[in-house]
Amino acid sequence: MTQEPTSATTGAALRPTRKSRGDAIFAGISKSAGVLILAVLAGVALFFIIEAWPAVTASSDEIPEGKSLLDYCIPLVYGTIIAAVLALLIATPVSLGIALFISHYAPKRLAQGLGYIVDLLAAIPSVVYGLWGIVFLAAQLTPAYGWLAEHVGFIPLFAGPASATGRTVLTVGIVLAVMILPIMTAICREIFLQTPKLYEEAALALGATRWEMIRMAVLPYAKSGIISAAMLGLGRALGETMAVALVLSVGGGVSLNLISSENPSTIAANIALQFPESSGLEVNVLIFTGLVLFVITLAVNLTARWFIARRAEFSGAN
Amino acid sequence: MATLTPTPHTTQPSPPLTHGVLPRRTPELVLVGSAVVSVAVMSFLGFNLYGIGALMFLLDIIAITLISRRVEGPRRGTDRMVTTLVYGAFALAMLPLISLVWTVLSKGLPGLSMAFFTETMRGVIGEGGGIAHAIVGTLLVTGLAAVISIPIGLMAAIYLVEYGRGRLAKWVTFLVDVMTGIPSIVAGLFAYALFVVFYGPGVRMGAAGSVALSVLMIPVVVRSSEEMLKLVPNELREASYALGVPRWRTIVKVVLPTAVAGIATGVTLSIARVIGETAPLLLVCGLTTSMNTDLFNGRMTTLPVFTYYSYATPGFPPEAGYDRAWSAALVLTTIVMALNPVARVISFIFAPKTPGR
Repeated sequence: MTQEPTSATTGAALRPTRKSRGDAIFAGISKSAGVLILAVLAGVALFFIIEAWPAVTASSDEIPEGKSLLDYCIPLVYGTIIAAVLALLIATPVSLGIALFISHYAPKRLAQGLGYIVDLLAAIPSVVYGLWGIVFLAAQLTPAYGWLAEHVGFIPLFAGPASATGRTVLTVGIVLAVMILPIMTAICREIFLQTPKLYEEAALALGATRWEMIRMAVLPYAKSGIISAAMLGLGRALGETMAVALVLSVGGGVSLNLISSENPSTIAANIALQFPESSGLEVNVLIFTGLVLFVITLAVNLTARWFIARRAEFSGAN
Repeated sequence: MATLTPTPHTTQPSPPLTHGVLPRRTPELVLVGSAVVSVAVMSFLGFNLYGIGALMFLLDIIAITLISRRVEGPRRGTDRMVTTLVYGAFALAMLPLISLVWTVLSKGLPGLSMAFFTETMRGVIGEGGGIAHAIVGTLLVTGLAAVISIPIGLMAAIYLVEYGRGRLAKWVTFLVDVMTGIPSIVAGLFAYALFVVFYGPGVRMGAAGSVALSVLMIPVVVRSSEEMLKLVPNELREASYALGVPRWRTIVKVVLPTAVAGIATGVTLSIARVIGETAPLLLVCGLTTSMNTDLFNGRMTTLPVFTYYSYATPGFPPEAGYDRAWSAALVLTTIVMALNPVARVISFIFAPKTPGR
């Protein structure tokens, strides 16, 4: 790949030194920007480990709540995962529906505008979602939680006693689901639209109804894309902070109950709530939990990338 | 597939080759019908808007499926059911959007006044006060983040598209992907851990917030710029090389001007992505009641953090704090939402004016 202009032409031959120097400088600058990104991530890892290390070596009576580091982390990890998984369970079918609506059901002229409206959900800051969740949604859901505890309380998930404020992990899951809808919808929509028109037309020509066409042509083509969209949504939900910090009423440890007022906090929300008032070793412990969160989201995101990469290999689009 | 092929050997009259088709307006009529029924049922059981909505959807989906199965056959019936589900999913997604916008507008608008934009919270107890210091803080912190991120992100994108070959480029691509997934609170902790090294424990300053936001912003800038640079046709580069123009001048004078509209849009959207971030600024910028314009000295209030604390610690009487929280949330949401159309305008202004397009 030698695209360097040769110096045989007269114009370039007049200033060969200036040309090569300018090129070298520019290439150097752009390369160092790339290296800087490497350095930033190395820095993230390095500073995290430096600041988290005192928490690892500390004895258990120095850790907040007098527990060992592991016991401190487990409820947080559990809370983080349960809230994110709830969000994913709610958001996946809805976002598939919206994406199908925009790509295959809505009138062509409206489709783009409708996509833009869904994208508006992504423009709302997370703290505003938090306010909405605690003031509007939690209040609206409280009667439903009472009903659930009363009538289906035999299921451990709804064992009750129902929270009187509605600030439960289920409310958090719904708020997070709304927050990750736009990104999941956007990815699914793109992939649905990429389905080869020939497949779709072939299915329709064989007499398939619209749903049969989608089931036979669109969904198989989009399968890995849907999985990666779900993983990216999960990654977002895992790291979401302010909505959880505002909405969730924290207390107690690991519990299956989704509608009580005693919920394990999430890692991110715990950091946001505790950090401003922390000092000394407490800060190191919080940074350690941050490292745990970083590792979890990293694993989820890499899985998503792996699915995308695998799809790129097999799709034949390139 | 048995339903598709009529069997001529049976003694019974053969089923019709084609099924009936429902009249065009049937789905709408069924929807109206189920709405009427659910309103009637729910006013009997106790009026509840959500109950009506849920019952209406349930009735509609059952009715249209059964009617269609009867008239048009089971395959069409399933198709109608899925169509109703898909429309329902979209309607369901509109509910939180409408409710959010309505809640923020109805609770935030009454608190907006000239004083709200021009005053700070210094010495304010109870009602009154404003968000001037928070707006200034947000603009300064986000501005510095943009100043850090845009050159780094753009140059890294140029490196990846124009120079990037081999192992280093692969690593940079991979790590930009990794950075995209960093949770914002982790970025905040990183900025804290970095600044602690230089300023000691308990550091709070605007610049640390900018660094945290840069960690979130750089990958967005790289990704969008990269996409835009890749769209520039290679013929343009080759034509420039053929004229003897050195590579760096080709990039600066040919490639970048062609892609600038898309890059500017991407940059604006990346600003929109970080300007509403709360968590990292909560950790490293903190809260103060007075105006602070020095990014390197002391706590600096930003709009999202102000919103959070106004609600979390409203003071006495709490209503004043809640009202300020909603008004600040309205201002913040408006800023972020306004950046999206701004991005479109910018892309229109910067688009290369070539005749014949």
